[in-house]
Amino acid sequence: MQSPTVANYLNSPTGWKSWLFTLDHKRIGIMYLAAIMTFFAVGGVLALIIRLQLLSPHGTLVSANTYNQLFTLHGAIMIFLFIIPSIPASLGNFVLPQMLGAKDVAFPRLNLASWYVYVFGSLFALYSIVAGAVDTGWTFYTPYSTTTNTSVVSMTLGVFILGFSSIFTGLNFIVTIHKLRLPGMTWFDMPLFVWGLYATAIIQVLATPVLGITLVLLILERTMGIGIFDPAMGGDPVLYQHFFWFYSHPAVYIMILPGMAIISELVAAFTHKKIFGYKAIAFSSLAIAFISFLVWGHHMFTSGQSELAAMMFSFLTFLVAIPSGIKVFNWVATMYKGRISLETPMLYTLSFLFLFSIGGLTGIFLGALGVDVHLHSTYFIVAHFHYVMMGGTVMAFLGGLHYWWPKMFGKMYSEFWGRIATILVFIGFNVTFFTQFILGAKGMPRRYYNYLDQYQPLHAFSSYGSWILGLGFLIMFIYLIHSLFKGKKAPGNPWGALTLEWTNSSPPPTENFETTPVLTHGPYAYDTVVADRG
Amino acid sequence: MMDTTGTLFLPPGQSTIAPEVDSLFNFILYAGTIFFMVVVGLMIYFVIKYRRRGADEVTPDIAHNTKLEIIWTVVPTLLVMVVFYWGFHIYLKMHVPPKDAFEVKVTGQKWFWSFDYPGGGNGVNELVVPAGKPVKLLLSSKDVIHSFYVPDFRIKMDVLPNRYTVTWFDAPNPGVYNLFCSEYCGTSHSKMIGTVKVLGEREFAAWQESSSNAGAGMTPETYGEQLYTARACATCHKVDGSQSTGPSWKGIYGHPVKLADGSQVTVDENYIRESVLVPGAKVVAGYQNVMPTYQGILNSKQIDALVAYIKSLK
Repeated sequence: MQSPTVANYLNSPTGWKSWLFTLDHKRIGIMYLAAIMTFFAVGGVLALIIRLQLLSPHGTLVSANTYNQLFTLHGAIMIFLFIIPSIPASLGNFVLPQMLGAKDVAFPRLNLASWYVYVFGSLFALYSIVAGAVDTGWTFYTPYSTTTNTSVVSMTLGVFILGFSSIFTGLNFIVTIHKLRLPGMTWFDMPLFVWGLYATAIIQVLATPVLGITLVLLILERTMGIGIFDPAMGGDPVLYQHFFWFYSHPAVYIMILPGMAIISELVAAFTHKKIFGYKAIAFSSLAIAFISFLVWGHHMFTSGQSELAAMMFSFLTFLVAIPSGIKVFNWVATMYKGRISLETPMLYTLSFLFLFSIGGLTGIFLGALGVDVHLHSTYFIVAHFHYVMMGGTVMAFLGGLHYWWPKMFGKMYSEFWGRIATILVFIGFNVTFFTQFILGAKGMPRRYYNYLDQYQPLHAFSSYGSWILGLGFLIMFIYLIHSLFKGKKAPGNPWGALTLEWTNSSPPPTENFETTPVLTHGPYAYDTVVADRG
Repeated sequence: MMDTTGTLFLPPGQSTIAPEVDSLFNFILYAGTIFFMVVVGLMIYFVIKYRRRGADEVTPDIAHNTKLEIIWTVVPTLLVMVVFYWGFHIYLKMHVPPKDAFEVKVTGQKWFWSFDYPGGGNGVNELVVPAGKPVKLLLSSKDVIHSFYVPDFRIKMDVLPNRYTVTWFDAPNPGVYNLFCSEYCGTSHSKMIGTVKVLGEREFAAWQESSSNAGAGMTPETYGEQLYTARACATCHKVDGSQSTGPSWKGIYGHPVKLADGSQVTVDENYIRESVLVPGAKVVAGYQNVMPTYQGILNSKQIDALVAYIKSLK
């Protein structure tokens, strides 16, 4: 427990009202963290049930309709309730103002509002599970989604509302980064985490409204039959796919850019070395954010779109791959002649580099038109986006969570169990999902309740992997919660890192810093400065 | 040479386009593996070599290397441009059917495929085509979006309700190949599986002959039993008394059933005929109104055979 003599943001002020009405970005970050970790656990359990059903080709653990609802909910929860808000709204909220030397974000009330909007939207999404679930897949493709008798309206309304919380957070970060940097901190003095969140925020603000409009059109189509996606009334179901991916492809970068942003911090902190190619990493984030708006058609190479459109989208898709590759090279180059320590956050970083490289390289298969035709809508896609989203973003998120955990709660978790869990997660992940590359290339379509016998061994292997993965996460949840009560007291700067949030105490005071911090060195000045650990 | 055994990743290639797709797939696989080995190899090497031993010290300032950065930008860019052009080249071939192709109209609906042949014949869930001849498919859907996917041919094309899409293949080797629906379409999406039967010249001619007088020489019951699977009734109706997407056929003939609106009807010839042609007219209580009409897919002789088959299921 906290020593009662030291006031920090966790213990002052006290009382439940001080949390529910708090304007402190750190508390809001913690509230987001609690919510998204809950949904991560729920989505994970759904995934385990899905893998259990797929253990045998004619499995009947759940019914076909239930299975269809399970993979829809798994996708919708993981994407909209977990990954999209995960890094920006929890870790970003907590860390970003501290990194800039600010007392809070630019609009604290908007920040709190975004949390309430998030909770409200989540309740809508949860209501749709109770009220008959949704069986459309997380993409809600028309005309299936306009004709199925499940509660598509409440689910899409939930996602529509969640969009606002995402926009609020993005807007808040953009203004905060522009206006609240410590005097003397130029754009190139900012940690790369901030650059990554800036690029993310731009996409959040510009792309999310399109999803909102699309979902409103879908709701109007279902409730009033306006016919925009209905061929019988002159509408076009493929138009829905264009609208949907116009948001949802940039959304992929809403998910991965913050992950990359964390990795830049972790690589520098745990190699104790100045980041290689600071500007290349910063600008590649912006390049990715920009090009990400122009590649949506690569989700639709088999939809009958024109060959010319397919060619353009394929070309632009390969362009967007380059900045991601450059980042990976920069991170690896940073490790050269560093002093590399392998605590849990670094193990997650190495996992990220390994898994995200596979995720990125398998994207090349899918960007190549002639090959994508074969791989589209198979398990190859499923494996690819899990390598990017889970192998990429989730590994980075967990790395960041372990990195900033001592700062957030003033407690150290068990390093031993932290490493064990990371290794289990890494092994389990590869067993589960690498298998699915082979399954997909062999022709196994996704979203199948039952499948042909020839795919059974690979499916079973993938399911075994999910158990290892599940065990890793279970251990992680246990030691993290345990550390809150029994963890050793964390020093202000356990990793010897150089960004500003490590100059205050752990947990930080309510105002972030006792005195206004002074910028004496850059975020990665490991060539000149050695910070005290502790 | 055509690879008919498959590799660790790929299934056997059984169309003329398959070897081209596989060449590009393998090129990306090998080039990607080399890149991966270099990146991860260096990462592991650095972790071992530069492992932190002892207290923190300052580390060298190595933040730029223009030559290196140009190399790792330009080389991957050139490589992906090669992949881009190669992939587009294959894609165009997939999208331009030869002029003399054998043309089949393909209809997707929940949850089966039906095929209309040039001579006027039709079939369900089994596409029969001649070997070594280009086959052009004109695809459309009666309800939601489906996708026509034959892994061994490396072709896939979405099947839309409001327009025709086109794909084609040329399968040189006689055989039976799996056909999947690869766009999620609801409850029995994973049962929307058919086959493509590629026949040699003589066998194909014989098949065309026999398909025009199908059912000849069979009792109505046997013909009905054959249609039960051939026309995909089996996807949703079982004949052993167990429930599926639709009610089981076992022992229903001559017995009353309760309908969704609370009324009751006796299962007789007319009820069966109506349920085949206008499935939504009288839906059995406890089931959803999801069956598509078989108008135009089954002729009256075939409906008679199905009635006879249902009668025989006591």
